[in-house]
Amino acid sequence: MSAELLTVLFAMIGGAIRVSTPFLFVSLGECLTEKAGRINLGLEGTLVLGAMVAYMTSYETGSPWAGVAAAAAAGFLLGGLHGALCSLPKVNDVAVGIALMTFGTGVAFFFGKPYIQPAAPRLPGIPLADWTGSPALADALKVNPLFFVGIVLAFAMAWAFRNTRVGLVVRTTGDSAPAARAMGISVDGVRLLATAAGGALAGIGGSFLSLYYPGSWNEALSSGQGLMAVALVIFARWDPVRCFVAALLFGAAGAIGPALQSINITQGYYFFNAAPYILTLLIMVSSGRVRHAQHGMPGELSVSK
Amino acid sequence: MTDNLISRRTLLQGTAAAGALAATGPLGGLNAQAPLTVGILYVGPRDDFGYSQAHAVGAAELKKVPGVKVVEEENVPETIAVQRSMESMINLDGAKLIIATSFGYFDPHMLAMAAKYPKVEFRHAVGLWDKDKHPQNAGSYFGYLDQAHYVNGIAAGLVTKSKKIGFVAAKPIPSVLRNINAVLLGARKNAPDATVQVVFTGDWSVPVREAEATNALIGSGCDIVTCHVDSPKVVIETAERRGVMTLGHNASQASLAPKGFITGAEYKWSTIYKGFADNLAKNQKLPNWVRGGYDLDFVQNTAYGAAATDGARRAADAAIAEIKKGAPIFAGTIKDNKGNVVIPATLDNYAPPLEGMNYLVEGVVGSTT
Repeated sequence: MSAELLTVLFAMIGGAIRVSTPFLFVSLGECLTEKAGRINLGLEGTLVLGAMVAYMTSYETGSPWAGVAAAAAAGFLLGGLHGALCSLPKVNDVAVGIALMTFGTGVAFFFGKPYIQPAAPRLPGIPLADWTGSPALADALKVNPLFFVGIVLAFAMAWAFRNTRVGLVVRTTGDSAPAARAMGISVDGVRLLATAAGGALAGIGGSFLSLYYPGSWNEALSSGQGLMAVALVIFARWDPVRCFVAALLFGAAGAIGPALQSINITQGYYFFNAAPYILTLLIMVSSGRVRHAQHGMPGELSVSK
Repeated sequence: MTDNLISRRTLLQGTAAAGALAATGPLGGLNAQAPLTVGILYVGPRDDFGYSQAHAVGAAELKKVPGVKVVEEENVPETIAVQRSMESMINLDGAKLIIATSFGYFDPHMLAMAAKYPKVEFRHAVGLWDKDKHPQNAGSYFGYLDQAHYVNGIAAGLVTKSKKIGFVAAKPIPSVLRNINAVLLGARKNAPDATVQVVFTGDWSVPVREAEATNALIGSGCDIVTCHVDSPKVVIETAERRGVMTLGHNASQASLAPKGFITGAEYKWSTIYKGFADNLAKNQKLPNWVRGGYDLDFVQNTAYGAAATDGARRAADAAIAEIKKGAPIFAGTIKDNKGNVVIPATLDNYAPPLEGMNYLVEGVVGSTT
């Protein structure tokens, strides 16, 4: 029995590391955008477009890292489009986000058709536990460099929001547009850049999906992960480090269902497959009861006004 | 606006068809000069290494038949979009036969179209058509893929070392359970202690969860992995990367696993589609109910991959020959994995009770609930 529990444990650790990276990048991107005072719901579309562009570029150039760069560029452009559209008077950022979600997925499906069949070069994994001699552990701890980039980025962003002038400018823009204007900051300019940079991060998240895990391009690839990552920002309360923790939790929760079935705990697998969503609900309920639930929420967000 | 246009067109066509009918009798207007147009709808992309690709391969064979024109539409969701696609194929392309390949296309979409266009024939993959309830210009066809999965199992039983075969399945519905059970029964022919470990993902296409399921199965000791999901690409690629052997499903995935591929269960829709086209060209009534397996050349096994040993190839070839002669897969008394007798005595491979299978047989580790 303990061997089986170990299997589930390894599967959950492995799942947390494998599945969390796209969540992490999308939620960091959304966190940055929302800190500047806008909501970009289009990141699901950016994620899918990033996945497709990365796969296409990797296949055409033979370099997966070029694919990651191209995905970031595509995300930057799509995010920039959102930022630019929302700079126009009386444009609702939520509505634009939904439109861009459909746009991003549509463009990705259209240009992605010829790339469903071919196999593109994938990103490498770093074997961290081969020395243990345990194949289960070796597999669980085969980690993609993007995962570490994501962790560093999460802490760097948290630090930058607190300690740098750029962080201050972003936070001010997000909390009070009049205050930012009084400081001589171009509110629309900051938001444009923050949304574009957020889009670039989501694009990188997409490249992880198509180039590492599960590691191939097809149209069902994202299955809503971009949307879940946006929700994740809310219960991470706009804190990049908490985004990282939440992404890990989601990854681990997603691994529970298959892992339990593989060791014969088969009753109620629908319930276990729903674990990430149940987790979302539980966290939402518990965090909603805290008096300072809104703490950290940027004052300029259209949902808070 | 569009609705008006179509109904006017329908009216005009109806008048024209009535005239033609008076002149030439039933199925008027179809003659040797006019190409026969067949419309096919797919639920996924045509090149997904899976279910839609298997149909598209059949359609490509159909295109080679002289005098046949094929119009295809992929990624048609199981919504009102089905009816729009069908109407456009009928009205704009002049399709005489509509082939609906996905389960959810049938009711209400295909039924509504069949009632509206009685001159057009409609055929649906998977069996829901009922001669008492449904229009006579509609019908259903399907291939018994469990026969090819059984052959997969025969080969797997001879190459597995851990005696554990992993099966990533979408949903516990009869056609899926039948394939899972067939793999087990095939494997146990040569490895009586073999088991099949099932992980249900809950949906037809969830790539991340399919990859997780594959990893979990390999983690629990399976050295062969197979699946019944829409597109097996992710499962086969993940297993190949981890150095585990694979059995294919739906279409050929041999190119995805140059090292670990054994063989795969494939549909051969081209046989059915060419049969339909032949019927129409000869002005014959299309059959409403088409079923078959190896006996009618509706299914096949993928050419053996690198992981198929000589012994496995010989045994699989022999099994195919026997199935063609009618050797039963569900032979003798069969219990489910909870110990209940579910098949008291040998069932023929085409016996109707097999289409309602709702259990996993003894030796399959997993649960349908």
